[in-house]
Amino acid sequence: MCLGIPGQLVAITDEPRMMAMADVSGVKREVSYAPVLTGDPADLVGKWALIHVGFAMAIIDEDEAAATLEALRDLGEAQEELENMAEGAKAFA
Amino acid sequence: MRYVEEFRDPQAAKALLSKIEKVTAEIGATKEKPIHIMEICGGHTHAIFRYGLDRLTPEGIEFIHGPGCPVCVLPMSRVDECVQIAEKDNVIFTTFGDAMRVPGTRKSLLQAKADGADIRMVYSPLDALELARRNPDKEVVFFGLGFETTTPSTALSIQQAAREGLPNFSVFCNHITVPEPIKVLLDDPYMVLDGFVGPGHVSMVIGIHPYDFIAQDYGKPIVVAGFEPLDLLQSVLMVLEQIRDGRAEVENQYARIVPEHGNPVSIAAMADVYQRRPSFEWRGLGEIDSSGLRIRDQYKAFDAEEKFGIGYAAGQRSVQEPDGCECGAVMTGRIKPTACPKFGNGCTPEMPLGALMVSSEGACAAYWQYGGRRAVEAAE
Repeated sequence: MCLGIPGQLVAITDEPRMMAMADVSGVKREVSYAPVLTGDPADLVGKWALIHVGFAMAIIDEDEAAATLEALRDLGEAQEELENMAEGAKAFA
Repeated sequence: MRYVEEFRDPQAAKALLSKIEKVTAEIGATKEKPIHIMEICGGHTHAIFRYGLDRLTPEGIEFIHGPGCPVCVLPMSRVDECVQIAEKDNVIFTTFGDAMRVPGTRKSLLQAKADGADIRMVYSPLDALELARRNPDKEVVFFGLGFETTTPSTALSIQQAAREGLPNFSVFCNHITVPEPIKVLLDDPYMVLDGFVGPGHVSMVIGIHPYDFIAQDYGKPIVVAGFEPLDLLQSVLMVLEQIRDGRAEVENQYARIVPEHGNPVSIAAMADVYQRRPSFEWRGLGEIDSSGLRIRDQYKAFDAEEKFGIGYAAGQRSVQEPDGCECGAVMTGRIKPTACPKFGNGCTPEMPLGALMVSSEGACAAYWQYGGRRAVEAAE
């Protein structure tokens, strides 16, 4: 539960609510950028972040993102996170 | 388990393992008289077994598995309260998937869902917020569960609900904190702990100073670690070097993710939304002072305990564990999972009896997945 998953912030979607679209291993998911906002939200677009339960918790570089993703795949945690995201989407059905 | 050759950088892994062997010998640790290192975080427990680090490191090092697996330390009475709330009319109960299979005294959330309660697995508390926006005639309850990694996300969601004035969103807050149980384990005369591998992502939120007491008051080393095999090996080496040199410090191996003072936005949100409970019950560890969080009065409109009159303040405590379940003894390092009479015999990841078998971060599930299962099958 504590491991999270790296994703790239690709667009700001809702500035008042501090939400951005993230690309997590090809899956698009809206996340909150509140914990990593230090200036203009637009500066976050293109950055990689460690995402925990829908919140960008730390900005990381691309190499760190790739290495973390590989470690998570090894542990089966990357698949689990993506399944949890898919399961979460079903909650609205 | 993996072979060193399959690690991302096998040369670096081999070099670290050889240094670990050297320092272990310098300390004079042996199989008979080992150094006990506790990895606090369940994610680390999983990684240690996945990569076979317990077997690659010398016999003079023994890993003790810590309490850092949220669903493993969740008492059955909390699950019962979740079921009680979820079975109320007009409630949509939302939870992380991890909590669905944790046994309660009557049933798990999964069983309650099968029996007709409206229980939905969500990926994020933000999903629960969105469900509340879309279902204004329903009360949407989010089960706030976990350590400081997930605690800020619940706090930020409550702040957002307050900004929007959402009247039908509330949180059943059972968040807990990492440092307090470590103090309890250090005070336990039965525990022999020589050093700690500290949690990575919890520390990303709270920083490294909440562990100062481990070094300053108890004279034990702690190294905050990442999750890759090389991170863990390097952290174990750093703990061993401290022991060899007679140092007790808080070191940060995972500085690329963990800022010394944590994440300021998250820390501020937690301080705004929560206050500490006088004490909180942990499965296997009992009541621990100041180890649980509740929602401040200022946000009580979003507190499911207030809305339903169900919860820690109102509920009964300490429901007995199922017969033969030794989760408590495993949790405090008194026995290994395989010594539990129910291990693989009435308790498996598919049909868990105790919480340590539920999550991949639980010590029992890790033993089962990476070796223990073979031991049970061989014995049969």
